[in-house]
Amino acid sequence: MRAIDRKLWRDLWHMRGQAVAIALVVMCGVGTYVMFLSTLGALRATQDDYYREYRFAEVFATLKRAPESLRARIAAIPGIERVETRVVEPVRLDMPDFPEPVSARMVSLADDAPHGLNGLHLRAGRLPLPGRADEVVVSTPFAKAHTLHPGDRFHAILNGRRQALTVVGTALSPEFVQQLRPGSAFPDPKRYGVMWMGRKALGQAYDLDGAFNDLALSLRPGADAQDVIDRVDALITPFGGLGAYARKDQLSHRFLTQELDQLGTLATLFPTMFMGVAAFLLNVVISRLVTMQREQVATLKAFGYGNGAVIAHYLKLVAMIAGSGVLGGTALGVWLGYALSGIYMEFYYFPWLRFSLQTQTVLEAAGASFAAAGAGTVVAVWRAASLSPAQAMRPEPPPRYRETLVEKLGIKRWLSQPTRMILRHIWRKPLKSALTVLGIALACGIILTGLFQRDTVGYMMNVHYGMAQREDLSVAFTEPTAYRARFDLAGLPGIEHVEAFRSVPVRLRHGHLDYRTTIRGIEPHGDLQRLLDTELRPVAMPSDGILMTDHLGKILDVRAGDRIVVEVLEGNRPLREAVVAGLVKEYLGVAAYMDLAALNRFMHEGPTISGAWLAVDHAQLQGLYARLKGLPRVAGVAERVQEIRNFNRLMDETMLFFTYVSTVFAVIIAFGVIYNSARIALTERGRELASLRVLGFTRGEIGYILLGELGILTLVAIPLGLKLGEAMCYYIAQTMQTDLFRVPVVLVPQTYAFAVAVVLISALLSGLAVRRRLDRLDLIAVLKTPE
Amino acid sequence: MPEQASPPPLSAPAPRPIFEARGLTKVYQMGEVRVEALRGVDLDLYAGELVVLLGPSGSGKSTLLNILGGLDTPTSGTVRYAEHDLTVDDDAAMTQYRREHVGFVFQFYNLIPSLTARENVALVTEISQNPMTPEEALALVGLAPRMDHFPSQMSGGEQQRVAIARAVAKRPQVLLCDEPTGALDAQTGVMVLEVIARVNRELGTTTVVITHNAVIAAMADRVVHFGDGQVVRIERNASRKAASELSW
Ligand SMILES: Nc1ncnc2c1ncn2[C@@H]1O[C@H](COP(=O)(O)OP(=O)(O)OP(=O)(O)O)[C@@H](O)[C@H]1O
Ligand SMILES: [Mg+2]
Repeated sequence: MRAIDRKLWRDLWHMRGQAVAIALVVMCGVGTYVMFLSTLGALRATQDDYYREYRFAEVFATLKRAPESLRARIAAIPGIERVETRVVEPVRLDMPDFPEPVSARMVSLADDAPHGLNGLHLRAGRLPLPGRADEVVVSTPFAKAHTLHPGDRFHAILNGRRQALTVVGTALSPEFVQQLRPGSAFPDPKRYGVMWMGRKALGQAYDLDGAFNDLALSLRPGADAQDVIDRVDALITPFGGLGAYARKDQLSHRFLTQELDQLGTLATLFPTMFMGVAAFLLNVVISRLVTMQREQVATLKAFGYGNGAVIAHYLKLVAMIAGSGVLGGTALGVWLGYALSGIYMEFYYFPWLRFSLQTQTVLEAAGASFAAAGAGTVVAVWRAASLSPAQAMRPEPPPRYRETLVEKLGIKRWLSQPTRMILRHIWRKPLKSALTVLGIALACGIILTGLFQRDTVGYMMNVHYGMAQREDLSVAFTEPTAYRARFDLAGLPGIEHVEAFRSVPVRLRHGHLDYRTTIRGIEPHGDLQRLLDTELRPVAMPSDGILMTDHLGKILDVRAGDRIVVEVLEGNRPLREAVVAGLVKEYLGVAAYMDLAALNRFMHEGPTISGAWLAVDHAQLQGLYARLKGLPRVAGVAERVQEIRNFNRLMDETMLFFTYVSTVFAVIIAFGVIYNSARIALTERGRELASLRVLGFTRGEIGYILLGELGILTLVAIPLGLKLGEAMCYYIAQTMQTDLFRVPVVLVPQTYAFAVAVVLISALLSGLAVRRRLDRLDLIAVLKTPE
Repeated sequence: MPEQASPPPLSAPAPRPIFEARGLTKVYQMGEVRVEALRGVDLDLYAGELVVLLGPSGSGKSTLLNILGGLDTPTSGTVRYAEHDLTVDDDAAMTQYRREHVGFVFQFYNLIPSLTARENVALVTEISQNPMTPEEALALVGLAPRMDHFPSQMSGGEQQRVAIARAVAKRPQVLLCDEPTGALDAQTGVMVLEVIARVNRELGTTTVVITHNAVIAAMADRVVHFGDGQVVRIERNASRKAASELSW
């Protein structure tokens, strides 16, 4: 090995503490980047492959009932490659192991074309035999939740008739990567599932033999989706078509896409912060190193090493630090990526996950690391190398100190000499001090970002389920029903209070913007379902006009008083205008509301309801379930407590992961910044401190002079970090605005306390690590060496 | 005492000087303060001679030496080494010049603390054309047994000898020593001077030694007296004393 390279290794060994601290920060940056991007890459690749291999349709439509003969006319539309007519119906299930009501979406499978659109990925068993009305394939998560295997049986209410079904297989479908009960925000495989039955059998059960009520289409390459949609709409409207829509509006796909986009944003935010910190640390550490070695640089140059060689020498050093960070970070990122993808696999049902580390991701991360490291170093090294050797050989002039502003304010006489030294030292390099503060503040902020989701979600759940949606159970009818059904429900034992609602599927239009959702007609002055304004005060339901969720208001770009077009996607599909009466605050879903009576008037119908919210006596819940299951018109029952529980279960895992990861990362940053600052202060001021010891200062006193500075910087950084953290949380919340839910920024006092504690403890540990060196300060050696 | 530079002792016809400095000035501007370190230096040095540069502190000796060694450039004037113009402000050319021709010995040794004696020498031999091995160079200064010691494990004299080994290992044409004995006691100082004299004698290296110590002047071919940024006078010694005969 060349002598100059030996020097490199020995320097590296000598500064190993600092090198490790910096490498760890780089590792976090690369780790988060690789984690997010490899997860994102894996999910995107899986999504693509899955969609392609299982022929996920590109245009969808539902209608009331159309004869099979319509199929040929649809197929003739230019741009369509493949048409699949289907029967899709909501069904109620009676699971032997489970007393609560369970509902499912029953989808038909083409009997004759096994390789049709939205193909099933069979996990077990086989497909139903053509014509068999008692055979179903159930979705894998549902099967798991109920431990169903091929051969198991349960009962379902098909078109009002109770029927025994045999599970012949379990499967996944690209159409249901996310399986959400309509109107629900979280998967609940125990109470909601998807299942598939042969087309003929299902059609017969629903009097749709030779007819269909659902369409899935694929397009030829280059086809104009909107044109196809318009033509399909023209054909199906007479048959109760509810408006065809493209894949981008398909629920499962839409949620997944929004989620992946979010992930993409996080994938840049965190690594950028870490790289910034790493660049800063490398800058201060290497500047200091080079300053300390300026005579060595001069000597090297005196003996004929050129500027290039000197710069390369230090860049190699930096590259080794950054390089080990990149290696460690890649490993960390893959490990975390597996964990994160695992979490995603709980929310999204993919048949497989093609997790692979993309070379490009690693190269990008490495490139960014080396660029950050290089940027942090080159200036420092260049400054040293460009000095003429004769100049560099001379000792640096003593640093210039000035009285600080604080002292000038006239409180000087209150400050001891050591305190003045601390202040002047901070003041001497304002930029460096400021960056140190920023680094510590970042650590503090990162903790908030890791914990805020937990706080926020708790708050969201409180608002949504505590203040707005307060029923115990909600019941949905299979079809619009006369208002008096409300009294049938109220008469059931155990029911304390009933509020009815009407749900109408609509497409809302404002200018060129439109959105498919439902309008809920609700009873005024309700107690179970309340609408809240932005201050979370209950809003009185206006007797006319539409109230809508603020998020929907944003999507449609409407304000109170605007007129919108309501295209009803049910019955004879009237097209009407309505006035937006106002916006309400809702964190979940994208709903619009009207007064129940007003909605009935709007629909030109008599008093009609689609379901009801119930407050029940919990002691009688089991009996109530049985009775509700017995009611012919009830399509499904949802229990609020269960929703909350499901949600918490899912969230806990995710949140724990992020809390854990962000805390560890924050500790690394805090430690990296504080420890490095302390070490640098020690090398810069070792002589000064040793001289003070010789003059009779105690270890405690010089410890105060050295670490007091960091103490002050840490204390300044903490409030700043809390503010910074809030800002980052707002940014993240901003990126998490999806149709499924919007995230407010809520941070509870314990979270702030935790963040402060983590930073203080990291500071303390770094202080102690340096304090140990301070205690071993060699007075003679320090004083002997020439400056 | 001759006023002008004269030819080296051994060669009969006056050869061309290897170093030729004319009207050298060096001005340091430090904020308000202007320091004239050199104010018009004319000096010729001849191949193979050993010159001692004597003068009070601050008189500009190191400044001159640095310029001769290509570590610094003059503010005005010309200086030439063989066919190299040393006034050009071209870092690459200067680096090349130092790498090929010059060996330095500094007052404070300037060893790389993270490298052993052998490695400190290797640092230089690895980038030169026709060097000795580090072992040979260290043997030359009598340090073969301490080859694998780090600077912190050696005395000042030993470190200075490593520095000399490092300077001579590439067989430079020029050896520039800035107060090589400044930090040493007399006995160690003599040892170091012996090494320098031997290198000068055996390798024919043109050698310049800066010192405060007038006693050392006796070992030189010529003594250049320096004062206030100028050459005050130049003495030629009738005979060189061996370093071992010196004492102070
Ligand atoms: N880089 C510099 N910046 C400013 N002034 C300088 C610089 N280098 C040298 N000087 C000044 O130039 C003058 C000559 O310095 P030089 O180092 O050449 O003196 P010297 O003769 O070697 O002294 P000493 O015997 O103390 O080493 C001194 O006044 C010194 O302060
Ligand atoms: Mg000097």
